[in-house]
Amino acid sequence: MVAPSYYLALSALLFGIGVVGVLVRRNAIVIFMSIEVMLNAANLAFVALGAEAGSVEGQAFVFFVLTVAAAEAAVGLAILIAVFRNRETVNADELTLLRW
Amino acid sequence: MSPGVLAAVQFSWLAVLPLGIVALAAVAVLLAGARAGQDQGEALGWFSAAALAAAALPVLASLGRSRLAFDGTVAVDAYSVYFELVILFASAMTVLISLRYVAEMGLAPGEYYALVLFAALGMMLMAAADDLILIFLGLETMSLAVYALAGFARRQARSAEAALKYFLLGAFSTGFLLYGIALIYGAAGTLKLEPLRAALAAGTDHRTLLLCGVGLVLIGFAFKVAAVPFHMWTPDAYEGAPTPIAGFMAVGVKLASFAAFLRVFGLHLGALAPTWTAVVWVVAALTMTAGNLIALAQQSLKRMLAYSAIAHAGYLLVGMAAGSNEAAGAILYYLLGYAFTNLGAFAVVVALERRGVEHESIADLRGLGARAPGLSAALALLLLSLTGMPPLAGFVGKLYLFKAALDSGLVWLVVIAVLNSVVSAYYYLRVLVAVYMQEGGVAVAPLAARPALLVAVGAAVLGTVLIGVFPAPYVAAAGAALRSALSLSSPGPLALIAR
Repeated sequence: MVAPSYYLALSALLFGIGVVGVLVRRNAIVIFMSIEVMLNAANLAFVALGAEAGSVEGQAFVFFVLTVAAAEAAVGLAILIAVFRNRETVNADELTLLRW
Repeated sequence: MSPGVLAAVQFSWLAVLPLGIVALAAVAVLLAGARAGQDQGEALGWFSAAALAAAALPVLASLGRSRLAFDGTVAVDAYSVYFELVILFASAMTVLISLRYVAEMGLAPGEYYALVLFAALGMMLMAAADDLILIFLGLETMSLAVYALAGFARRQARSAEAALKYFLLGAFSTGFLLYGIALIYGAAGTLKLEPLRAALAAGTDHRTLLLCGVGLVLIGFAFKVAAVPFHMWTPDAYEGAPTPIAGFMAVGVKLASFAAFLRVFGLHLGALAPTWTAVVWVVAALTMTAGNLIALAQQSLKRMLAYSAIAHAGYLLVGMAAGSNEAAGAILYYLLGYAFTNLGAFAVVVALERRGVEHESIADLRGLGARAPGLSAALALLLLSLTGMPPLAGFVGKLYLFKAALDSGLVWLVVIAVLNSVVSAYYYLRVLVAVYMQEGGVAVAPLAARPALLVAVGAAVLGTVLIGVFPAPYVAAAGAALRSALSLSSPGPLALIAR
């Protein structure tokens, strides 16, 4: 049995990778992928912490998060396509019609 | 719930009847919209407004029957009633403002109104949720609908770009919120707010984990209420989004976010208050100051209103930092006045816009006082309320908020807030100077030709005046809402935060 702290450390690492990815990458699709990594870091934490507490609640939450992430992907990719049709780019630095 | 077993949940459909009505109406509008032509768009809009009004009836009927439903995850109390009513009103106003706009801009009516209804559903869920996962689900239901609405004019590059920025930063903040929720779950072993409160009162041996979780959830909420330094999406999203949706974002999203924010932090994380109020103090000061100072430089009316919305989030955060019962009541009252005033201001901007003639800049408003005296008078009154002129709603709201903060000993924060109010007068009055004292500008369509918009502006003006001149009943309602939420969560003494 692996100690729960290892799972938490891994999930914190994944979360950190996601945050850094959002902050340093300029391609909107890669930014979105980084956000998905953050959500999955939370999923890992939920599962690990739920198992440690001996409750299925933690695992049950993951289903909600997965559903939300799927819906978010649908809306997000639709928005990305709308932007690409208008501008032919999804680079965050080139989307300057509205000032950041 | 016993460990390892999912206990049978107590279903109480009456508790979620208003949500059900809104959800069913949203699906009906979506399906009808697939078959309806552009000319039936207004009928769909009126149906949506009627459904929102119908949902208010069961909300009102649940007054005085406070309880926790669905195994302690949904709170039916005067607090949720208060917020649900204001959210329903704000959503219905958004629909009224949109009626002609949707037709003129050639937007797909069925999807548009269905998304407004879905967003309203998420907002109401946030106001009623007594469980962190349910708050997360409500937040996402609202956010996903609003992301899509922000980019609804998808053939306009600006609308699509606004949606992309709003979506990316919104989803980013969701990541923080969710990870924070996961850590809180690890530290306290529950996500239901009642047991969480009890667990915190009993003390936890995972204090670091808990504080990290609370901090991340705080970041998530700070994004949603557009607090500095997490405000960058606000001006872009408001400027690029269809104007009625910008108003909806400024009012509805903020109402729902503050409802959940106050319930989680004020009512249930009170045991940790000394840690998070210090952070909120700094965020409030930054938010007010940055919002007001950047608003000074804006040439676009919508962008100016966006920074003004940031500044108002700062004033509300002053109340959060104060953290007393009195301050929480003031937040509730302030949000009510803010809803009327800001929806009205955006309705006026919608009234000025037409296809091809967007009233983008403040310079376009020059001489409006002579061309559209009624509309100008309404705009003047609403902007004066946002400035905080007595006797309007904005003034009384600020008075209560700042007084509560003073009573909690936040003298310096109140000094900063008052100075900010003075600064804000400059950019609100600059608009009025353009309207009444300068010549030029662009012609507008008469408001009388657009009855729904006329009703919306009239309701906003009436509300702004009434809430300001006769504050007593609204203050009483806010106080009752708060007491109801407190008594539901702790049958003991009514104290928000033990200072």
